[in-house]
Amino acid sequence: MPDMSVLAGPQQHQFNPYAENGGTILAIAGADFTVVAGDTRQSEGYSIQTRYAPKVFRLTDRAVLAVNGFAADGNMFVKKVKQRLEWYRHAHAKDMPLRAIARLIQTMLYAQRFFPYYVYNILGGIEEDGSGAVYSFDPVGSYEREACRAAGAAQSLVQPFLDNQIYFKNQTAAPGQSHPTHLPLSDVLSIVIDSFTSATERHIEVGDGLEIYIVLAKGRSLQGVEGLRGLREMSSREDGERVFVLQRELKKD
Amino acid sequence: MDHFPTNWGRPNYNTFDAHATYPLHVHPQPSSSADGVQHTQQPIVTGTSVLALKYKDGIMLAADNLASYGSLARFKGVQRLQAVGDYTIIGASGDMADFQYLQYILDNLIISEEINPQDGHKLGPSEVHEYLSQLLYARRSRMNPLWNSVLVGGFRDGQRFLAYVDLLGTTYKASTLATGYGAYIAQPLLRKAVEGKEDTLTEDEARKIMEDCLRVLFYRDARSINQYQIATISAAGASISGSLKLETSWGFAEGIRGYGGQTQ
Repeated sequence: MPDMSVLAGPQQHQFNPYAENGGTILAIAGADFTVVAGDTRQSEGYSIQTRYAPKVFRLTDRAVLAVNGFAADGNMFVKKVKQRLEWYRHAHAKDMPLRAIARLIQTMLYAQRFFPYYVYNILGGIEEDGSGAVYSFDPVGSYEREACRAAGAAQSLVQPFLDNQIYFKNQTAAPGQSHPTHLPLSDVLSIVIDSFTSATERHIEVGDGLEIYIVLAKGRSLQGVEGLRGLREMSSREDGERVFVLQRELKKD
Repeated sequence: MDHFPTNWGRPNYNTFDAHATYPLHVHPQPSSSADGVQHTQQPIVTGTSVLALKYKDGIMLAADNLASYGSLARFKGVQRLQAVGDYTIIGASGDMADFQYLQYILDNLIISEEINPQDGHKLGPSEVHEYLSQLLYARRSRMNPLWNSVLVGGFRDGQRFLAYVDLLGTTYKASTLATGYGAYIAQPLLRKAVEGKEDTLTEDEARKIMEDCLRVLFYRDARSINQYQIATISAAGASISGSLKLETSWGFAEGIRGYGGQTQ
């Protein structure tokens, strides 16, 4: 006999404070650069809310943050991280180092452990030793430094591709040779663009536009970004780390 | 019954923290009723879609005049478009009581911003939208949402502004926006008519597009009505039309088997 008691009494609707707004983000670290990218579509269910809602944000001249998940939480989280970085700047007269920003983000996420920001974060930039770095987080603050990471709606499509192309998983090097530890910037940009065009083909929540942030270590030449169409510089000075954005179109269907 | 006479006539320590042992922001609040506080669990008297688009001179918004009580067309002369300050018009769907509360908050905001600083600065559409989204996000975070989807249109310093915010605090901008059923029925029509033509559409053309969309909505959305208002916000300022009547034609119904005059 099925339990009918649940049918008695008024039906309770619970307000759901979360939504899932689609999209995908991705970051790859090089030897002396980092690339952080995200598509610009924001959706809910089968509806496209807008074709341009940025998910990648410049925090400092050497740190870029990508957020994906519930857009309202993401915007609020970025706003609060930026505020904490501004306070740090006023207190210490310098920008917060990347690994410190990573720990700050873990603390801020864990502070909301029992009502989490429903957001997957990927932080990319340049470490104090000049190396490119990517930190990835889960919604409650677990994090690690990695060479590359994809997150969001098409994570399951993109991450295996990156494992193969960046970590050379399931590839055997030619006899007497080994795989490179870091790829050049131009190769990384091609991999990022291919990742997003492929994800756009196969995932309905990915598309419309692509925003690629490129962070270059201090003193690095502009090799790999020179002559790119639609490139815009975002850095505040030319003698430190430099940040560029590259905007491209993705299919809109 | 408290059996300690020294406590008689004093506030209960459950409701008064004599030693300030809590940080200010988590101070326990005495509850006004024993059952706790009722939060909005569902909208009651509701407005349906609001539409908005960018055109050559500014932003145009449209909404019908109905506030429904479930499937009952309860209030047929409700204004769902409202000017906020000199540069902004908002349009709301969802719970009309919550919308009236939003209007009250925004009216007081505009007044206090005018009186208190006396610095000549005025709130523009982006500030109004930011304020609204922070308010709605804060309310959803307290699990006590204001049950609305709001479109904010504005024009200031030669710049057009059009953005959305809803009960979850979700925000976005686009050149055409629609709430509720309009997001499914009108938004595709709006995008086809407007995208890429934002800088050339005249006010008359925009008005025609809006009327066409409202008409389709009236044919298909059972919670809509054929009376509507259109608002524009441009360099000339904000203007909200009076209540207008939609022209509809039902001649095609005669040809539908089972509805018209056929006998078999």
